[in-house]
Amino acid sequence: MNLNATLIAQIVVFLIFVWFTMRFVWPPIVKALDERAGKIADGLAAADRAKADLAHAGKKAADELRQARESAAEFRAGAEKQASQLLEDARAEAARLVAAAREAAEAEAGVAAQRAKEALREQVAMLAVAGAERILRKEINQQTHAELLSQLKAEL
Amino acid sequence: MATGHEEVINHAPTAGEYIAHHLTYFNGTGAKQTKLIDFGLLNYDTLLWAIVLAVLGGFILWLAARRASAGVPGRFQGAVEILVEMVADQAKGLIHSAESRKFVAPLGLTVFIWIFMMNAMDFLPLDLIPEIWKGLYGSMGHDPHHAYMRVVPTADINATMGMSIAVLLICFYYNVKIKGIGGWSHELVSAPFGTSKNPILAVVLGVVNFAMQIIEFSAKTISHGMRLFGNMFAGELIFMLIALMGAAWTGANLPSVLLFLGHVVAGFSWAVFHILVVALQAFIFMMLTLVYVGQAHEGH
Repeated sequence: MNLNATLIAQIVVFLIFVWFTMRFVWPPIVKALDERAGKIADGLAAADRAKADLAHAGKKAADELRQARESAAEFRAGAEKQASQLLEDARAEAARLVAAAREAAEAEAGVAAQRAKEALREQVAMLAVAGAERILRKEINQQTHAELLSQLKAEL
Repeated sequence: MATGHEEVINHAPTAGEYIAHHLTYFNGTGAKQTKLIDFGLLNYDTLLWAIVLAVLGGFILWLAARRASAGVPGRFQGAVEILVEMVADQAKGLIHSAESRKFVAPLGLTVFIWIFMMNAMDFLPLDLIPEIWKGLYGSMGHDPHHAYMRVVPTADINATMGMSIAVLLICFYYNVKIKGIGGWSHELVSAPFGTSKNPILAVVLGVVNFAMQIIEFSAKTISHGMRLFGNMFAGELIFMLIALMGAAWTGANLPSVLLFLGHVVAGFSWAVFHILVVALQAFIFMMLTLVYVGQAHEGH
């Protein structure tokens, strides 16, 4: 264990080797490591984002499905309501037409009956006058007794 | 015509000689360094393997850096990235200035990779490279018995102390950079015991504080370098001792066979345990480097 100039030489070699490592070895390796760490961090972040996106998309799909179902049910309910309304309307219209027709028929029948009554009355009056005329051919003046005859007709 | 000299050359080395040979550096003198500190000498073997491994480690890292991409990493890129990530995490926890981390984090990576590789030289067969060197050295016309070659740079205190002193210099740099010359000077004389309004007491405290700071820096730096050196030196020495068991083979007799088995079992166990030591010491050195530089960023 004797000291000699090797000591100095070793210091010089050491410092040169350190310089070499510092200049040519350390920076590229550390740069690569940092870059890779960055890439991995980005990859992980992207994976997280994708996962979140997937969850979001699933939720959205479920929402849309639910909405579609709801609107379909709404449409069906509307259509049913409309159909029943149409049916109702048709029924009401039909009932109205039937009633109107009946009314018209009744009115017509009433008028006809009245007319028949009038005609009957007239004929009865005429028959009565004719009968009376035959009985009282000579005595009864048609003009003088017209008032009596119409009175009789009104009583019938 | 045997002379005494030839006899020395030709006899098989004794255990002591074997270990002493393996513990001697190739410093150009062909002998062991005698003075404790001699800046006229250079351990070429330590330096050679440290540089070879630095180039190899740098090349491997550069390969990974060149191919680095943000895409799916291959196994090699993944392995380097694990290391980078580990160092970056530790640096983030210990050094709060992002600007400083641009230098300190690569520093930590360099320390870890380099020390790990230098420590791992222990796993090569103990005599492999020294024997090759002996052949080369002999063929160059030198005496092969003086072909010294140590292959584990971190088992050389010059290498480990060199690195810990470099870390100390980096700590000084950050102390000045973060706190300014004035701020750091003030800290040197006012921490850890604080200062006083009384001028005499302030001077006394200043001297004590400064002494403490010097002790602190020295203790940190010396323990930093010595810890690694001690572990690797001891590890290498134990591999040598284990190798001696197999080297004691004298023929198919009971002691030789037992020693051979001992070599296999102990060599295997120690190598497995040493995997832990190699990685752990590299990690500790790196962590302490980051801790010390982190401390340089913080005021007391």
